[in-house]
Amino acid sequence: MGDEKGVKIGLECHAQLLTKSKLFCGCSSDYRNAKPNTHVCPVCLGLPGALPVINMQALRYAIKVAIALQCEIQHKTLFYRKNYFYPDLPRGFQISQYDYPIGLNGKVSIEVGDGECGERIIRIKRVHLEEDPGKLIYPGTISTSKYVLVDYNRSGIPLVEIVTEPDLRTPREARIFLAKIRSILEYLGVFNGDLEGAMRVDANISLGGGERVEIKNISSLKGVERALSYEITRQRNMMRRGMKITQETRFYDEERGVTVAMRTKEFEQDYRYFPEPDLVEIRIDDSLIASLKAEIPEMPDEKMRRFISQYSLGSEHARALTEDIHIADFYEAVASEIDPQMSATWIADVLKGELNYRDMSMREAMKRISPNDMVRILRYLKAGEIAERAAVEVIREMLDHGGSPDEIIKRRGLARMSMEELKIAVSEVIHENNAAVADLKSGRKEALNFLVGQVMKKTGGRADPKEARKLLEERLL
Amino acid sequence: MRKEDIEHLCWLARIELSDEEKEKFAAQLSEILEYFSILDEADTSDVEPTFHAVGVENVMREDVPEESLDQEDALMNAPRKEKGYFRGPRIL
Repeated sequence: MGDEKGVKIGLECHAQLLTKSKLFCGCSSDYRNAKPNTHVCPVCLGLPGALPVINMQALRYAIKVAIALQCEIQHKTLFYRKNYFYPDLPRGFQISQYDYPIGLNGKVSIEVGDGECGERIIRIKRVHLEEDPGKLIYPGTISTSKYVLVDYNRSGIPLVEIVTEPDLRTPREARIFLAKIRSILEYLGVFNGDLEGAMRVDANISLGGGERVEIKNISSLKGVERALSYEITRQRNMMRRGMKITQETRFYDEERGVTVAMRTKEFEQDYRYFPEPDLVEIRIDDSLIASLKAEIPEMPDEKMRRFISQYSLGSEHARALTEDIHIADFYEAVASEIDPQMSATWIADVLKGELNYRDMSMREAMKRISPNDMVRILRYLKAGEIAERAAVEVIREMLDHGGSPDEIIKRRGLARMSMEELKIAVSEVIHENNAAVADLKSGRKEALNFLVGQVMKKTGGRADPKEARKLLEERLL
Repeated sequence: MRKEDIEHLCWLARIELSDEEKEKFAAQLSEILEYFSILDEADTSDVEPTFHAVGVENVMREDVPEESLDQEDALMNAPRKEKGYFRGPRIL
């Protein structure tokens, strides 16, 4: 995207909170991989007479999120009914918040790194709690199915909704913002972004002061960038043809990467919000706010600044190591045992690169490779017992198949050769390549490269090419 | 109350009314609204809104999972079901 002048993007980000039970009932929130409709009860099925009771932990988590996003925490907060009919909503309304949300007027800083102004402040309009609806399954395909199947296991899972002001200017900024939100939520320990569907986003976008279009059903960081880019192109093309953009709601089709118009006749006033009569007011007093504030850990930006000063890292490494709390913790465990600079290079560049290549999260990787394993690999490398390439190989194999560094080094013969072994290999190569040796002796330098290559081949890449070259030169020149 | 308002309400409630019914309910709903408008006469400019009849606050529970219904019980009253799911209308 070149010129993004006049593009205004606002996001509504919904993230599932990691409570053990649902927001208004005691059903277990560990619903993934469960049989349909086995984590349900009269409350989350919306059976008549069932009464919701607020999960205190969900409220505490949401307040923590609001504090971390620098919101003003409201002392009085209320739940509302948002009325609409949809099969995933068993009661005919969603219990959400409206007036009196938990937090107002926060802000988040993002690093967009485009030279003159790397940091951008995105204002947070509000933070509130609401319940997740159930899950719809379309037999066959979404466009041909005649009916839907409904699983209410997800119904009632606590969601924190984070609403921004329209401060984002490009699809890329929207992605960076969401990555930052994910990072903050994971630092707080209230969210696991690895879980499928744990974060869902609606986006509002307007071009050049035109009407606002809402895009629903975005479920990934890449999705938000693609959906918004598509929408900008679509609206530009319409304007170029002299067509007017009207306020509407569109649906993002992730598979096709396009947005499609939704037939919707519901507007804000049609939701007929009113205070949920079954849930009484919540008072958030200063002592609760203070105790939750005290539980807020060091956040990504602070950690980055500390890494720079404590470990003498460059800002790029420090940022790469602190985006994901699991990588940050891994790094610190390694850096406490061995050279922090070397650890930074091997974790931020090598390990993270290998994770990206595999689309693997650090949370996932930690099941295969521990900080102790990393320390071992780096110690061997530092002591010259393995070459850099071998260290990379060990990391790759551990990520793909697990195992221990020592076992992999031994089994795959990755240990650097002893001088005796190398000398034997060099002698053999000299005997087996008379022609090349003769060439070299007659002054053709490129024959030396060939002979070094032969040593590498004979040793299966275990030889140090510099040492092999040195030995050959000593013997032949 | 205008006919369009009634039709919009019908759509929100997902019900269909005949023209005759629409007229009948429009008149009745107008009466109800008028009756409620009496409340607007009370001066509430200095009054904090009350949301609940009971003066109770902070009713909450600990985050402890409890047993759920089993699938058979959950689906017991469903008019249509399939493979452990509730079967519902498809909304475009």
